Amino acid sequence: MAQMATEVTVWIGGAAGDGIASAGESFAKACSRCGYHIFAYNSYQSVIRGGHVCMHIRIGTHKVYTQGDELDYLVALNQDTLERYGKRVMPGGAVFYNTDKFQAKPEQIGKNVQLIGVPIMELAGNQLMQNTALMGALIQVLALDPAGIRSLIKERFEKKGDAIVQTNLNAFDKGMEFAKTKCQPGGIRIGSGDSKRRPLAGGNPLIGFGALAAGCRFYSAYPMTPASSLLHWLVRYGVKAGLLVKQCEDEIAALNMAIGAGHVGVRAMTGTSGGGFALMTEAIGEAAMTETPVVIVEVQRGGPSTGLPTKTEQGDFFQVFGASQGDFPKAILAPRTLTECYTMAIEAFNLSEKYQCPILILSDLYLAERLETFEGVQITNVPIERGEMVTQANGDHYRRFLDTPSGVSPRALPGTAGTIFTAATDEHDQHGIVISDVFTNPGIRAKMMEKRMRKISAMAKELKPPQLEGPADAELTLVGWGSTYQVLLETQEVLAKENLKVNILCLATLWPFPAEQVRKILEKCKMTLSVENNYSGQIVKLIRMETGIGIQHHLRKYDGEPFELHQVVERAREILKTKPKESTLVSVVSDEGVPADFSPIENPPIGAEAARQH
Amino acid sequence: MAQVKEYIGKVKPDWCPGCGDFGVLNALQRALADLDIAPHNVLVVSGIGCSSNLPGFINAYGFHGLHGRSLPVASGAKLGNHGLTVIATGGDGDGYGIGVGHFIHTCRRNIDMTYIVMDNQIYGLTTGQASPTTEKDIRTKSTPEGTIELALNPIALALTAGATYVARGFSGENLHLAQLMRGAIEHKGFALVDVFSPCVTYNKHNTYPWFRERVYKLEEERHDPSDFRLAMEKAYEWGARIPIGLFYKVERPTYEDEDSVLRGGIPLAKQPLERTDLAAVMEDFI
Repeated sequence: MAQMATEVTVWIGGAAGDGIASAGESFAKACSRCGYHIFAYNSYQSVIRGGHVCMHIRIGTHKVYTQGDELDYLVALNQDTLERYGKRVMPGGAVFYNTDKFQAKPEQIGKNVQLIGVPIMELAGNQLMQNTALMGALIQVLALDPAGIRSLIKERFEKKGDAIVQTNLNAFDKGMEFAKTKCQPGGIRIGSGDSKRRPLAGGNPLIGFGALAAGCRFYSAYPMTPASSLLHWLVRYGVKAGLLVKQCEDEIAALNMAIGAGHVGVRAMTGTSGGGFALMTEAIGEAAMTETPVVIVEVQRGGPSTGLPTKTEQGDFFQVFGASQGDFPKAILAPRTLTECYTMAIEAFNLSEKYQCPILILSDLYLAERLETFEGVQITNVPIERGEMVTQANGDHYRRFLDTPSGVSPRALPGTAGTIFTAATDEHDQHGIVISDVFTNPGIRAKMMEKRMRKISAMAKELKPPQLEGPADAELTLVGWGSTYQVLLETQEVLAKENLKVNILCLATLWPFPAEQVRKILEKCKMTLSVENNYSGQIVKLIRMETGIGIQHHLRKYDGEPFELHQVVERAREILKTKPKESTLVSVVSDEGVPADFSPIENPPIGAEAARQH
Repeated sequence: MAQVKEYIGKVKPDWCPGCGDFGVLNALQRALADLDIAPHNVLVVSGIGCSSNLPGFINAYGFHGLHGRSLPVASGAKLGNHGLTVIATGGDGDGYGIGVGHFIHTCRRNIDMTYIVMDNQIYGLTTGQASPTTEKDIRTKSTPEGTIELALNPIALALTAGATYVARGFSGENLHLAQLMRGAIEHKGFALVDVFSPCVTYNKHNTYPWFRERVYKLEEERHDPSDFRLAMEKAYEWGARIPIGLFYKVERPTYEDEDSVLRGGIPLAKQPLERTDLAAVMEDFI
């Protein structure tokens, strides 16, 4: 008797170049079209044997917040994948592999797991059909509707002609037929989906989509993982909608070009990762000083330096926060969900024009490169707010940098008659006339600094306030920011089933920091546990800096992988049960182990004071 | 035709008396007046250096940005509103030192704009260090034993990188310089006007008399600016005789001509922000 589960998790693993991303994406999309919720993430768990890739696809009849920890069905495209994960497959599940490539032995998998060797050559006559035929077998064993994936095969290969479409469909059907005649139905089967057609995407496309919706017409960038897929998405969808995409010689040019476009009145954006952002640093201050609207996306990957190009981390907050010399107004938005990638991109453009300053969107690889279903976003009546513009001369006294109560000076664009001005990165007066050396004037300098900085308080008032989610009387508050949001939500759900109450403070607006609101929330919390995908607890430091409140306990991960659900659940449960008096700091890693000959040095245990220092 | 005075800015230049940059500013004002381009349709973008203060001294829109970054800002502005006349200005340190990467790529991009480099072969604003165009063995504040590196050749570099209008003027030949600038602004594509603009304070080697003894005009020797090889040969002529004038000019489609978004379209800055075409994109996510 098969269990009818509310969710099922499939892993597809193999060598880089095995076409895992494309097979996984098709499978995920086929499932989402059947009305299931999806969360898929490409774990590049190890490079020890060279380019190992494993895509985790979690399918639910309810919203699934993370890639999950369990493994029900494994598609092993090489022996390595089988050896690594074979034993983790849950009873009732199955392992699929190509018998032409290697032979699997029953002792490589757990009990009550079906070993399904598919003879690809015999079935499809072509090794290139491996993934398609294996998908057929997988769909059959899972008893999913094959219509979705068949239509995706047609869409995908349409351009290559009918013959290719037919070859793929045949391979798929043969795979299904093989499983139908030779295999047992899967022991773990998912209940029906709700037949709602949900969109499926990652964070980068949603930021791109938000930019498009906000009227962005200029995107300049230099390729850098994991921001490149934003560039690619905008090339594909933006260009035909009249958005100019300019690949540049470096990130310095990318931001300076966006500033040039912003200066003449175009909504302009650039995107990069930590290394490229470092090159943009000087120009961020340039945008602030010339009061030019521009949006900058930083998709974090593991650092420092070139670090971990294909892995995730939340380690760039202080770089983004501290980028560029001097004091100037800016905002840092850290979307927590796909929907927020979209809404915050729109918000970023509105803020950048209303407050005439750089707005930074801080995302990360985990958010950018996941594939997740979402409930759609608002594509009509998208709010567009440009701030005060001067479209014609009003007498002879236009002052581009007029000192106003809000600090915002009505903006004229080059090409307008009668409002000629120069925007300078050197300090200048209200007219824009440089006062940096010969005509220097301390009084005017002070006024101009105050005028620019005044924009921060005006901007802070319209940002979405942080919220405490979950029961107000919870024993433990989980504190995070950005992409860790959903693992916190799921932790809360899991613990609620054990009658353990936790609530969540997960920040999306990092700057201007909502100090008053965060302080009010944290003052009422009992125990607190920060959860950050970095080494040093960057937001913990920010919170202490801005509110004077220290977070009590800390959970960190800096191995390049996102948190696994059980890691957060176990730590939170432990704290709830033991109520440690001293501050604690625990770092977790994904379970891949280190070679025996690696240094045996372990970090010394951390006491309260040391944890505070971390 | 517009009057030169219409292009005179509110701020009086603070360059040292005798600075070559005065001549460059005058020539640019004259060129714009001759072309009758309304001041509000001109955007002058510069970086940092003595010469980069120029936008403040001319009656036109200006952007006085970071050291070495005038070209990307100017490029973004031109792509953003290709109805504007965009002129980047700066010095040799700004354009051929810290910004040389942008210079090369801007040449090959062929965006329709003009780049005027006031080349004084020294870092003037920072009080006299060697610049990328300082000649070999010249003693400066940073090279007391003489420069070891070879001087960069901006004309040859621009030619190699694909600039479609390559000229050199001399601040002491004002009318000739204004003509070169006029040609550069009229030219459809990326135009470089490198200008010998002597620094009277910190460069005691490349002085007005030094140039006057050496420069000759290519036009007077019937140079053919359509001949790339000849232009390259002239670019390397240095010493007793140094050519000024138009080295090379070629018609090539501009970036704006070839980019599918800009081709024949309304400038991006004039496009509406509200979109009505999002549903199809949304459908593609499903």
